[in-house]
Order: sequence, then C-alpha cells, then structure tokens
Amino acid sequence: MRRSDLGEFEEVVLLAVAVLVPKAYSVMIAEELERETGQTVSTGAVHAALQRLEQKGYVTSVMGEATAERGGRRKRLFTVSALGGRVLTEVRSVRNRLWERIVPPTLLEWS
Amino acid sequence: MKPPRWADTFLSWLVAPHLREEVLGDLHERFHLRVQRLGAAKARQRYWREVLAYVRPAFMKRHPSEYPQPTHTDMISNYLKIAFRNLVKNRVYSFINIFGLATGMAVAMLIGLWIYDEVSFDKHHKNYDRIAQLWQFVTFGPEKSSYNVLPIPLAGELRSKYPDFESVSLAVSREVVLTSGDRKFTKTGKYVEPVFSRMMSVNMLAGTDAGLNDINSILLSRSAATTFFGSANPINQLIKLNNKRNLRVAGVYQDFPPNSTFSDIAFLAPWKLFVAIDAGGKDSQDKWDNNDYQLFAQLKPGADFDQVSAKIRDIRMKRDNPPAYKPEFFLHPMHKWHLYSDFKDGVNTGGLIVFVWLFGIIGGFVLLMACINFMNLSTARSEKRAKEVGIRKAVGSVRSQLIFQFFSESLLLALVAFTLSLVFVGFALPFFNQMADKKMTILWSNPGFWLVGLGFSLLTGLIAGSYPALYLSSFQPVKVLKGAFRAGRFASVPRKVLVGFQFTVSVTLIIGTIIVFRQIEYAKDRPVGYNRSGLIEISISTPELYGRYESLRNDLLGTGAVAEMAESNASVTAQAGGVANITWRGQAADLKPLLMSNRITHDYGKTVGWRLATGRDFSRQFSTDSTAVILNETAVKLMGFKNPVGEIISWGNEKYNVIGVIRDMVKESPFKPVSPSFFVLNYKAANVIHIKLAPQLSASEALAKVEQVFRSYNPAAPFDYKFVDETYGRKFGHEERIGKLAGVFAGLAILISCLGLFGLASFMAEQRTKEIGIRKVLGASVFTVWQLLSKEFVMLVGIAFCLAAPIAHYVLSDWLQNYEYRTELSWWIFALAGAGVLAVTLLMVSFQSIKAALVNPITSLRSE
Repeated sequence: MRRSDLGEFEEVVLLAVAVLVPKAYSVMIAEELERETGQTVSTGAVHAALQRLEQKGYVTSVMGEATAERGGRRKRLFTVSALGGRVLTEVRSVRNRLWERIVPPTLLEWS
Repeated sequence: MKPPRWADTFLSWLVAPHLREEVLGDLHERFHLRVQRLGAAKARQRYWREVLAYVRPAFMKRHPSEYPQPTHTDMISNYLKIAFRNLVKNRVYSFINIFGLATGMAVAMLIGLWIYDEVSFDKHHKNYDRIAQLWQFVTFGPEKSSYNVLPIPLAGELRSKYPDFESVSLAVSREVVLTSGDRKFTKTGKYVEPVFSRMMSVNMLAGTDAGLNDINSILLSRSAATTFFGSANPINQLIKLNNKRNLRVAGVYQDFPPNSTFSDIAFLAPWKLFVAIDAGGKDSQDKWDNNDYQLFAQLKPGADFDQVSAKIRDIRMKRDNPPAYKPEFFLHPMHKWHLYSDFKDGVNTGGLIVFVWLFGIIGGFVLLMACINFMNLSTARSEKRAKEVGIRKAVGSVRSQLIFQFFSESLLLALVAFTLSLVFVGFALPFFNQMADKKMTILWSNPGFWLVGLGFSLLTGLIAGSYPALYLSSFQPVKVLKGAFRAGRFASVPRKVLVGFQFTVSVTLIIGTIIVFRQIEYAKDRPVGYNRSGLIEISISTPELYGRYESLRNDLLGTGAVAEMAESNASVTAQAGGVANITWRGQAADLKPLLMSNRITHDYGKTVGWRLATGRDFSRQFSTDSTAVILNETAVKLMGFKNPVGEIISWGNEKYNVIGVIRDMVKESPFKPVSPSFFVLNYKAANVIHIKLAPQLSASEALAKVEQVFRSYNPAAPFDYKFVDETYGRKFGHEERIGKLAGVFAGLAILISCLGLFGLASFMAEQRTKEIGIRKVLGASVFTVWQLLSKEFVMLVGIAFCLAAPIAHYVLSDWLQNYEYRTELSWWIFALAGAGVLAVTLLMVSFQSIKAALVNPITSLRSE
C-alpha cells in the first residue's frame, strides 16, 4: 500500500467518519471538524474528500433517511470499510513510531 | 427561514443530477444549524461560500446513464445516414429534386410576398375600417361613368345633415414648387382640412398638426423636410410656395409607407390656404356643379358604407336645378381603394384584385408543378429501393419503422429545399422589387410566414414520402429479395397524369405570356396622332412664366435649340377635363355627350405635330380664329357632320366656327378609344409649355440652352422637364410589368417541368437498359430505340396541348375583353407555343434516349 494514497485532509475526514459512525455524513463531519480545528470547513470540501475516499475503497455509503431541515432530501451515510480501517491503523502506527523516536529534550523545547 | 433561492437554482444547474439530492440536503441542513448559531444574515452569507465550494469537476461531471439511449435516436441517425448516402449516390436526381422544389417554393414565396403587400395596402391607417372616399356616378352617354372629384358644398352638407359621418375633409392634390434658400424642388402634396391628420392617423414626428388650422403654415413629410433642411431643425423655418407665398413649417410627419395611397404626398397644407390662393377653389365654394375636389370621410363606429351611400346618393338631384348628368354620390371604402378601383356603368368591377388572383393562381400552379416533380422523382426512385426494404425487414425492421424512415427522408429533402428557397428569395427580391415596382422585404419576424413556409414544407414532404412510406414498406421481404418484385403495369399511370398536367400548365403560361406581350406591342404600335420625338413639357407653376408667351417663345426660338414652342392647359399625354354643354346643328335630343376640352395657343399643332384630316390649323392671319374650333375625328363622327369645316357649334352661349379636323390624338389610355375632343385658342388657360427641340442638336445640348432661357425668366423655380415619349411609355407600365412577371413565371414553370421531364426520362431509360440491350442484339437501330423512348412523352405533350389550348383561349379572350383596343388571338400563337414545348421536350428526352440507345449491349447485358 502506497502511503501517498491518503491526503492529509482525507485522513482527517476518514478519522471523523470512524468517530461518527453510524451517523457519519458530510454535515456532521464538517461540523465536527470545525469544532475540532476551529476553522471553517465547507461541506463541499468534505463531500469531495468522501467521494475520493469512496473511490479508493476506504469508505462505503448508503442513502439514509430524510429530515425536514433537509427539505425532505435523504442524506448519504458513510462507514469506514475494512480496507479504510487498515489504512488508518497503518498511518497511525507510522506516526506513533516516529513520535516515539523524538528525544524528550526536543519535546520540552516545544511546549 | 429559507436559504437563498438563486444559490439553489445555480446549484441544481451545476451539480450532476445524481448528486443533487444529497448536496442540496446537506446545504440546507447546515444552513439551519447556522441560522440557530449565527443568525439568518450570517447564515446566508456563509451559504453562498458553501455553494461555491461545490464548483469542482467532481460534482459537475454527469453520471453516464445506466440505461442505453433510446433506440430511436440511433435509428434516426441511421436513417439520416442512408438518406444522405442516397442523395450523394444519385447526385443528378437529388439536384433536380431539391433545386426544382426550391425554385417552386421561391416563386410561391415571392408571389406570396407580393400578394401580402397588395392586400395590406393602406392597412396602416388606424381607422382603416371606417374611412371612405366620396365618389359619384354621372351619366353623360349610354353608360354611367365614375369620378372621385366632387363639389365643395357637399362637404358641409354631409357634416351638418348626416350624423353617420364622424368627420369629413375636403382635399385636393397639387404639384407645386417649394423653395427654401437655394433649394427648390417640385413636390406633390395635398391641401386638406384639419381633421384629415386625425382621420388618416398622420404620425407627427415634430411640431403639431395644428398647423393645418393656420393659413400660413405647412406640414412636411420627414423625407421632404430632409431634402430642404438637411439635419437642421425644420420647425418654424420658412418655405416658399410657388415662389409666391411664405409658409412656416409647423410640423413634420412620418412619410406614408410605400404601400399607401398617399405614398407620394410630400406635404400637407391647410385647405384654407388653397381657397385663398386658388381662383377656382375660391370660386367653387358654393357651386354644386364644380366637380373638382376630393372628399374623404370617416364614419362613426357601426355605420355601414352601403347604407350611408344609399342615404347620400341623391343629395344633388333633390336640390334645385338638378344637372343633366345626374350625379349619384357614394362612398368607396378604404379597404377597396387599391384593389377594387374600377367601375363600369355604376358597378364596381374589381381592379388590381384580378392580378392578385392571377398571380396567386400562377404561383399556386408553379408550386404544384414543383411538388409534382418532387413526388414523381421520389416515387420513381423509390422502386429502386425495394431491396433495401427487403433487407431491413429481414434483419428485423417492423413496418412502422420503415414508414418513419421514408417520411423522415422526404421531410429532410423538403426542409433543405425550403432553406434553399429562402436563399433564392433573398437574392431575387431586389430584382423582383424593381420589376414589380415595390419595396418588399422577407417577413423574417412574421410568425405567419414561418408557419406557412414550414407547414408547406412539411406537407410536401409528407405527400411526396407517402408512396414509398406506405406502399414500399408493405413488401414481403422474401419476394423482394428473390427478385420476384415488379411494379404493376399501371404503376406509372399517375406519374404520366402528373407530367401531363405540368405540360398543360406550361403551355397555358407560354400562350398567356405571348398574348400579353403582343397586346402591349399592338398598343405601342398604335398611331398616336402626334409626334413624340424631341417633345418636352414643362409645367407652369410659378407666376414668372404666366402671360409672357411671345417673349418666351422668341427667346427660345432664338437659341436655335428649339424648333417650335406652344402652351396649352394640359400635357399632350393627359386629358385635363371635359364639358357637357356643347351643342350643334342636328343634335339628337337625348345626346348630351362629354367632350374633352383643350385650350391651346396658335403654335400647338406645329409643336406636337398633329395631322390635319381636313380644313386648316389655327393661324395668326385670321383674327376670327379666336372663335374658331378644331375637332378630332371622333368628335366629327359623334356629331355626324358630312362636311365639318364651316359648321358652327355652341359651347354654352358662345358660338364657334369649325375650321379643321385633326386625326385622333391618343392622349389618355392607349388601350381605349379616343374620346371626342375639341381645341380652342385660349392663352390665359396655359398650364403647360410644350417645346419641340431642334433635331439638329443633341438633346443634352438643346436642353442646356433651353434651361438658360428658363433660368433668366424664372430663377426661383427648378428646371423640371419631361420627355413626352417617356411619359407616354409610362402608360404601358402596368401592362409591361404584368407581361414581365408573367414571362418570368412562365419561364420558371417551364424550367421546373423540364427538370422533371429530364429526371423521368433518364430514369425510364435506366430502367429499360436491359430491354434496350436485347432489342439492339436483335437488330434494333438507334433510331427505333429513340422512337420507343420518346413516343410516350410526345404523346403526353400532345394531350397537354389539346387541354391547354382551349383553356388559354378562354382565359385570354376574357382578359382581352378588358381592352377596347386589342390584338387578336391568332392561331399561330398557339401553334408556336405547342411547337416550342414539343421541341424542348424532344430535346430533353432525346438526350437521354440517344444516350441509352448508344450503349453497347455487351455492357448493359453483362451483369447477372
């Protein structure tokens, strides 16, 4: 598996999907990311990232129920696929390994 | 609280359909969340930014449909492909087919435009349905004649006693000289009463039409204002009328359109002014028998022209002293002015409407012929396509699909022809306008035009396609593919009937064209009784030229450019007016004829070159000539004098000696008999100067010298002269125009039928290739083969001729009845037309049949 397959924003979106399942759809994810990062995140960007993730096979989707706020339109609910889960774990372990190799004095300098 | 609607509209257009639901849903849900958190205004702002985030290819790209495209579109593209291949494969037929139909459509379109223009004449007036002109029938001889000139007091009578009239306006047309600064032009205009402008819905562009109330004002048309004042503001400028009176330009109105009775009216002046400056007008104020003025009327809504006519009919006869000519007034409604302007013996006999019908019928026939060609060739060719039908059926076409295929093909052809015909019309219209003396344009923006044009193309396509579509599609594939298919023996009968019909129309048109031209030539060759060459006329419109006859004549003769000069009350090519109070010895009691009066000077006869039958011309040597009269031959015949010279006739109370008789002079229509006329001396009635240019000088040299003399007498007026032979030639304008149009249409009709003939002949020759081959092997000569193929067509032409000759004879003798001076329907015209058509037919057919006959039988029999 090539690491370059997953962009940084995609990774965050994928994580958010994992967090929010079974209620993971673009609005929820965008709101979540806004809350977490403090920056504005548009549903368009999230939706586009989700489309790419789905193409790569990291998430799967089904149409959910409709609500009044949506003007009676259904939402597309996303779940992380097994492949997606494996990719996330792998990315995480790469990061962890790197984190563990940072020497403590450097960490102290940052804080 | 709803998100911005525009943003949603934009998104629904932008985002691919399969994503619309989730995207819009997401946006709306988020919008709601934001409204709760940030308030409506902020939420809306954000909404737009959110929307813009969707402008990415991933959302815009349409999902390919998971179902295949509808089968029909595939099949239609196949049909079009096959249709196109067929066109290219049979180039000649395709060309004949499309070109012929396009020509026919173009002719029909031109004629349609012409008819539209004629029928819409005067329609731009707002009160079109309620305006009428007053006319009267009068009885001078055995028949009633009609005049559109009336006495002045009738206007007041109508206004005061007849409540059906909303408004009534007197009017009179005059040609005057208008001068402004150094610009001087002769213009025709009308003196009218103030109501005229509202009645005729005159469109004022500047100033007001109140000027018609002011005796010192004039209204100019926009074009006239531009000729006099250029781009300067014409309002309140001064303009001089006939070099006598200064008038203030009170208003400028939009020119009457070209298809209006008033199209040549360059100015409108107050009626009061006319009464003030015109002696006749002043004199006629309360004279019930001075019939010299026009009268226009607008009826109240709901009033009926016929009923009102009946009410006003006898106004004059109920008054004191009813005149012997028994005037009957009537209304001639505006919608009849242009097309129904002829009266005969008190009945409206139509007029130009005849030509509307005539050309309408010709156009219809030409179009019909083009359609027949189209159908003939389409059906003839379609038999060749039986195999295609067989194959299509074998691979699974159902009949409805084949029907659809053939219809779409012929519709395509018809539409191509329609487009082409628009191009033709675009090119031909300038020439056609010139020939028909019109200003027509293609009605690009008229929905009716498109409806008719496209509707017609559709109809042609459907009719032409119906044979292959309905008949060919019924074949059984087994039979067709085995080669057992054969067209029935009578399959070609309808085709022959149609070709025969085409030739009937062509022959009729040819005969008609020849007769029209013969009639024009005949009238042109008529002896006119005077010499037109080198004769010019100048009308006297300014006071400087009045009463200076002798000095003007001496000066003109002194230049050497002028052979003779005279004056009279009217142009040689027009009859100014007649009188009914002439009496003579031996007059029948009930005979009160109208005699045309001509007031001339001594030198008139020499100037116009009339020819004396007996007696002598006026002469200065006889002082008694002031009470002498010269008659024309028709007048002598009417009066029944054996020895006219020396007879005495009375005009009112005055007695005149007949001193001579001249040969009839054709002053009016060259198609009508000459009216009885007389000539007397009267130097005061002069309106026109006649000048015979000296033959030894060229016309331009002579005119330059004449102009110098006129400039010295009359520097203010323009030097406007008219050549008599041109004015005379214009009398044929109408007939010549019809002749030319008929000629062009006949030519096109023949062209179209020749195209069709050529196509059919070549098709037949091709179909009989094998037969010809076998005949040749068995010993037939080229001549017999030629005979075999041509016989059929020659027979068709023969039958067509037999049909056309009586039709043409009937129609044309009817037409010639309109002319009292007319040519004969000679047999040789018919023979010539028949022979001409036969020759063209043989030429067309022979080309094909000889080509077929010359083919080596080896080539034609080799296959199979």
